[in-house]
Amino acid sequence: MTDRHPGFSTLAVHAGAQPDPTTGARATPIYQTTSFVFNDADHAASLFGLQAFGNIYTRIGNPTNAVLEERVAALEGGTAALAVASGHAAQVVVFQQLLMPGDEIIAARKLYGGSINQFTHAFKSFGWNVAWADSDDIASFERAVTPHTKAIFIESIANPSGSITDIEAIAAVARKAGVPLIVDNTLATPYLIRPIDHGADIVVHSLTKFLGGHGNSLGGIIVDAGTFDWSKDNKYPMLSEPRPEYHGIKLQETFGNFAFAIACRVLGLRDLGPALSPFNAFMILTGIETLPLRMQKHCENAKAVAEFLAGHPKVAAVNYAGLASDRYNNLARKYAPKGAGAVFTFSLKDGYDAGVNLVSNLKLFSHLANVGDTRSLVIHPASTTHSQLDDAAKVKSGAAPDVVRLSIGIEDKEDLIADLEQALTA
Amino acid sequence: MNHDAYDDNYIRAILNSVKSIAMVGASPVNVRPSYFAFKYLAQRGYDMIPVNPGHVGKSLLGKPFVASLGDIDRPIDMIDIFRNSSHIMPVVDEALKLSPLPKVIWMQLGARDDAAAEKAEAAGIQVVMNRCPKIEYGRLSSEISWMGVNSRTLSSKRAPIPTQGMRLSLNRMSVGGGETAASDRAAKNKSELS
Repeated sequence: MTDRHPGFSTLAVHAGAQPDPTTGARATPIYQTTSFVFNDADHAASLFGLQAFGNIYTRIGNPTNAVLEERVAALEGGTAALAVASGHAAQVVVFQQLLMPGDEIIAARKLYGGSINQFTHAFKSFGWNVAWADSDDIASFERAVTPHTKAIFIESIANPSGSITDIEAIAAVARKAGVPLIVDNTLATPYLIRPIDHGADIVVHSLTKFLGGHGNSLGGIIVDAGTFDWSKDNKYPMLSEPRPEYHGIKLQETFGNFAFAIACRVLGLRDLGPALSPFNAFMILTGIETLPLRMQKHCENAKAVAEFLAGHPKVAAVNYAGLASDRYNNLARKYAPKGAGAVFTFSLKDGYDAGVNLVSNLKLFSHLANVGDTRSLVIHPASTTHSQLDDAAKVKSGAAPDVVRLSIGIEDKEDLIADLEQALTA
Repeated sequence: MNHDAYDDNYIRAILNSVKSIAMVGASPVNVRPSYFAFKYLAQRGYDMIPVNPGHVGKSLLGKPFVASLGDIDRPIDMIDIFRNSSHIMPVVDEALKLSPLPKVIWMQLGARDDAAAEKAEAAGIQVVMNRCPKIEYGRLSSEISWMGVNSRTLSSKRAPIPTQGMRLSLNRMSVGGGETAASDRAAKNKSELS
């Protein structure tokens, strides 16, 4: 008998979870505890020495969080995952395993503004440098490779522009350069795009967005594809060299194709500390159970709203890859055939002031700095999420001054369109 | 036999059926992967035999080292080879001289020798390459899920109580001063069953 491979929706409900051994509780319990008792001194020593699997302290691992980790790893097709306090924490933990002072990453210019800030300013204080490249010009990634390059970082669907990235083309550049490709898959979720299937070595998420999906809990996650050989040269000593913290263990040698996830846990999370609350893990897990249903509705609504806006006389342009006329439509058909996501931008003929008026006239859309909520959301990136960039960088990141970003929720699409119509004509 | 991907049922059947495991290349150094795997498998009830000519006279977790497979005084169900790919063939040749033959030859994570595998399989021996029995045991028992690893298994049945983990026990402090006979009886029955 060969193994059956469960479908995505089955994994979204079941992966990682099992009725509780002691109580039989069917929903995943919230293990709201800091610490876990050892069986005896040898068990304690085995756990601390990474010889045994098990729980020690919630800053290193927690059974509720572990269910979330296995579930997202299963949905992404990875070997293992590590949940952390936020998407930003996920990025810091990932790069701490890969970079030493003086090392570089290449990052796509079209990124979430918070990531641009983190890479540009916070990482500078660690001595980590970033070279920017243009996702629409694959050769710009190749040109940016230097002997110090340690990773390439892109978003599958870029925030705020909603543009689709050619993951396979950039994965080829990463392979040639001998560095891992890291994909932030927040806006697509594995329901729409599974970057590992297209050559990604590491996937990161802000779980706060569509995966959690209800705008109630922060979280982040790192998924190890298990595809990268960390020991083929001396570029990644955290994984290939004996670790003094663990009496000389070599992580890849010991943990094989999930060594990166283990490194993130036992070197990153343990020492940097951005642990996810088990309560948040529970909320996000509950959200993930309905991910396929919600993403279908998000995408259906987004397409209807984008089509409405594209036909509106006051609208100058709509950037939604799900529209046949969009420059990213071919990439959307290839990478996200089930839908092009629910975050996109548009601009108004009357420019910046009209955008500000629109935001204040909307009655159903909420004006706030988040995406991927059940509720429809609106923001003006140039004055908020991307406000720290100069005007040229704003344009390059897809957040020009006249651009408004929408995150379409799962309400009735007729009500969303009616709200936009009244706000545009008010 | 496809050695690029194994069905879970193939691995599960091997780990469920073998009892004695000779580990070739077992190390007494407690940060080496072979030490981790040896200890883990011993704790799960396998009869472990460390094979390493460099450590004869010493023992690993109470089990005396032997120099070679031929020095083992009892039938071996499985040989777990902790050597790199270039050292596999001589071990397989040695294994094929044993009587009775081992049922399984397992090559550790990173180790693969297709010619050696073919030779062993021709003699009716099951082969696993480039896998770790500790990781596979942990994955299929879902114990490894505590580390966020994708076990690639699903179950709607109550998870087993972890081995050597939480058990109902009589050594509880009675704080209310009330009768504990019923719960003590339940706990006693439970521990007798397990």
